[in-house]
Parts: sequence; C-alpha cells; structure tokens
Amino acid sequence: MSHQLPDGLVAFVKRDCPTCELVVPVLAQVGDSVTIYTQDDPTFPDGLAAIDDTSLAMSWHNNIETVPTLIRIENGAETGRIVGWSQPAWQSFTGIKHLGEELPEHRPGCGSLSVDPEHADRLAAEFGGSVLKARRIDFAELEDHVEAMYDRGWSDGLPLVAPTEVRVMRMLEGTTRAPDDIVAVVPPTLVETTVEKVAINAVMAGCKPEYLPVVIAAVEAVCTDEFNMHGLLATTMPCGPIFVVNGPIRDRIGMNHGGNVLGQGNRANSTIGRAVQLVVRNIGGGLPGDIDRATHGSPAKLGFCFAEDEAGSPWHPLSVDRGFEEGIDTVTAFAGESPRIHFDQLSRTPEAMTASLAEGLKATISPRLAMMFDAMLVLCPEHASRYQDAGWSKEHFMTELARHLELDADTILRGTGGIAEGVPEAFAGAILPKFNPDGGLMVVHAGGSAGLFSSIIGGWVNGNTGSAPVTREIQP
Amino acid sequence: MSPAVLDPTDESAPQSLTAADRPESLGGLTVGLLDISKARGNVFLDRLEERLNGLDAKVVRYTKPTFSKPAPVDLRHEIATQCDAVIEALAD
Repeated sequence: MSHQLPDGLVAFVKRDCPTCELVVPVLAQVGDSVTIYTQDDPTFPDGLAAIDDTSLAMSWHNNIETVPTLIRIENGAETGRIVGWSQPAWQSFTGIKHLGEELPEHRPGCGSLSVDPEHADRLAAEFGGSVLKARRIDFAELEDHVEAMYDRGWSDGLPLVAPTEVRVMRMLEGTTRAPDDIVAVVPPTLVETTVEKVAINAVMAGCKPEYLPVVIAAVEAVCTDEFNMHGLLATTMPCGPIFVVNGPIRDRIGMNHGGNVLGQGNRANSTIGRAVQLVVRNIGGGLPGDIDRATHGSPAKLGFCFAEDEAGSPWHPLSVDRGFEEGIDTVTAFAGESPRIHFDQLSRTPEAMTASLAEGLKATISPRLAMMFDAMLVLCPEHASRYQDAGWSKEHFMTELARHLELDADTILRGTGGIAEGVPEAFAGAILPKFNPDGGLMVVHAGGSAGLFSSIIGGWVNGNTGSAPVTREIQP
Repeated sequence: MSPAVLDPTDESAPQSLTAADRPESLGGLTVGLLDISKARGNVFLDRLEERLNGLDAKVVRYTKPTFSKPAPVDLRHEIATQCDAVIEALAD
C-alpha cells in the first residue's frame, strides 16, 4: 500500500482534539483543494469528505506528531508543514487572505494518535520494517501460546509471557543499546547473544522494560571467565547464580530490599534472575539433566535476585566493597546455595553478635572445610542495629568476624572426630581462615525491620576451578 | 492468525519439532489423509481410504490450499491434534 500523500494540501485531524474542531470551518473554506485524513472517527469533520486513517498507517508513515497538521505536497514531495492552528501561517500557506479571521490567532494542536503510547509500539512493529532479526515462529490460531512455549522447551517450568514483536520492541525501549549489540558469549554452547535475544528472554521471564539494563549487566557478569557459569551449571553441587543490586536503580525499578526480600511477591526481584537463567537455558543451552548435572539444584536456578537496603544500613553498600563508588548502579553475581537462617534472639552487643554469626558461618557448606567455599551474609536490620548502636564500622566488623573465623586445623583434619571429611593432613598445626581473606565473605544489609534472623548463603567452590563473584555497572 | 513470537534460542535447532514415533499398525488409529491439491492426488488418497477402512482405521481427509506452499500452521495444528498418523499424497 502506498503511503504517498496526494498533491495539494493535506490535513490530518481527529475528533478528540479541540483545535481540530476549531479548524473545521477553515477546512470547509479551503474546500476541495485539501485532502483530509481523520484518525479516530471517519465521520469527522462533519459535512466534509475525509479519508479514514483509523489504521493510522498514513499518519505513521508521514510522521504526524500533532493534529491538526497541514502539509503542502507538490509533485509528490512535501514542500511545507504547519503544526497546530496558526492564522497567519495557514493564510499564507493556502493563499486565502482572510482565512479563519474569526478564530483565535494561535492554538496548539493535540498529540497525533500515531504517537500515542497506546499505539506507538504496535505501529512501530506493524509498519516499522522491523529491526529485529530473531526468527519468527508462528503458532496456530487454536494453539495455546503458553502450552506451545512449553512444548518447544523454552520454559524453566513456570509459564512464560509470549515474546511477540510488540512486547520485545517495548522491552528494548528499556535500554539505549542497539538490538544487535553483542552482550556476551553465553555458556555452555558459547553462543554470542545480542541485546535483542536478552530482551526476548526478559519478556518471557515477565520483566518490565526498565529492568532490562539490570538483566543485561547480570548476563555480562555471569558470562565471564571468573564467574564460570559453565562450571556452575555443570557441577553436581546444588548452587546457582545469585544477584544483588545496588544503587538508585533499586528504587527506580521498585525492587524489594525489605521484608521478604529473598522471597516472592516483587516483580523485579522475581523476574530479573529468572531472565538471566532463561538466557542461559535458551541461548546457552544449559538444560537440567543435560549439561546441568546438579544433584538437588536450588531455587537460584529459577532466579534469585534481590536488592540491598542501603538507606537503612549502618554501613556502605556491597557495591563499595566491590570497588564502585556509592550511588553507582551495580549488580553483583555470586554463585551460591539456598539461603539458610542464622537465629540469634539474645545477643545485644556487637561482640556477642559477631561471635554468634561466626559460629553460623563456620558451618557454611561444611563445618569441616576451610578456604574452599566463600559466603554471603545477608544481615537483617535488627542484627545490624547492634553495630549501629555501638558505632562499629564495617571494616571493624569484618576484622572481628575474620578473627572469630580462624579455625584450628587440628580439630577438623580428615578423620578427626571419626569423620572422614575434613581439611588435608598437610594443614596439621595450622590456623586456617574459613573464607578467602580477600573478599571471600560478602555482607549485604537487607530484610524486614522486625525479626532476629540473618541469612547465610554459602558459595560454590572458589578459586580457579570454581567461581569468583563478579560486579558489573548497570548501564542505561 | 495470532501474532508470531520471536525465537528466544540461539536458532541452531530447526524450528520444526522432531518426528513422532511410527505406529506399529494403523488398525484402530485415526489417520489423516492430506491432499496437497496437486492433480490426481485425490485418486491415490481415495484408494488409500478404502484400504484404511479395511484396517478398521478412522480416516479424516484434509486439503492444503496449494501444493506450492507449506501447509498453513492452523491446518498442521488441526491434523496434529485430531490424528494419530497422517499420509500425504505428494504428486500427480
């Protein structure tokens, strides 16, 4: 279908626009030399012949942003355009001297329906000559989309949102990056993924467009050599990627860092981690029972993402520990197990609280092992208040905690206490740190204002054979 | 036609799904006969229908709009949901 406008004057109007109503007598006066396109009501303007553009095809293709718009076309080319009502401009444009003299001199127009947010995405997808390169997959009219996506193996077990072109275009508005930008090479198949493919999976996960920059940064983080997503996927150890979001973006996208922070009920928390896992599944080909050999798996394999409570924390956020300035949006990826409760309702001093937390942390992954596995401590506000009240800095807390986490190797050597598992005999007589002293224990402040329960998340194997946490800045 | 969705995968696998297991016998099954609209395909399928009736199979007939294009996705879905097996008459 041609979207060429006819020679002469052309006007775009809609009934739902007071300025368009205002110029109806003017259009009548201009008469047959103006071709009128009407966007919302084919019978508007009353008494004048108008072409039905309720499909908005002509409006969209001719870049109409405001109604009324008056355009002059000569020999098929546009030679002038007036937006809204302007008595002098319309007079000189039409050559009719006293045109619209009874009207006010100027009136701005209204937004064209073709740029109305309600229609713009659909029109861009319909008419835009799609910029999206992904293969299109047709479903039958009677085929249930949700079932069809299950049948194709795209789902993690939960229902997916169908990634239609309109939804993916809308998702891509969440980032300034081009759809064909490469985000990462995704394990295990080591396939390059584009922003578009990440957006498709983010749609399926249930993300809103404003979450997309977090998803992209998280995908970048897990697809690094240090994070070792391939190993995390393939290991029999039941761990998955866990994401902590810092910076103002947490509140901008409505993330939860308060009550039930590690639980259900918040869309951003629930869908960002899921989107990353869908990328790993669908782009990287990381399927349970195939490359993914986890003995038990973990909820993190469905998606595990939360935000730090920065405003309520006595200390600087995790992102600062990870080398970023406070206020920078970051996502930190950590390969870990499911969270476990640290119960302490009696410690009232920072000293007692620290000793208590250390006892819990010693049991991370196995109380008989040291230095192999790191951990994340999600400190609840009531436990954190012990440090706030006593004026302890984060550095002081970490130093004291590390002191409590020095283990006498002789008590956990292999075979001691009748237990085969333990540290090797070579460590006899040594004092061992439970965690890697170089940032092996990460502390995040989050949770509801009531409840004397912190959470401990043990890590997968650290070092070269395992995973190191990776923090990425979230770029718009 | 419902709107297409965008492939979320690396697109290394063909879009079509793998073939279903072959039945040992057609007796008692619902068998679709797909006429692709090429000349005299119906003659062949008529004879097959007679034979299938003799096997106590239930026969359902389908026709593609044109032999020169793939079967519409709705027709494929209809056959897949209604039949245990399908026989396609390919040529004249």
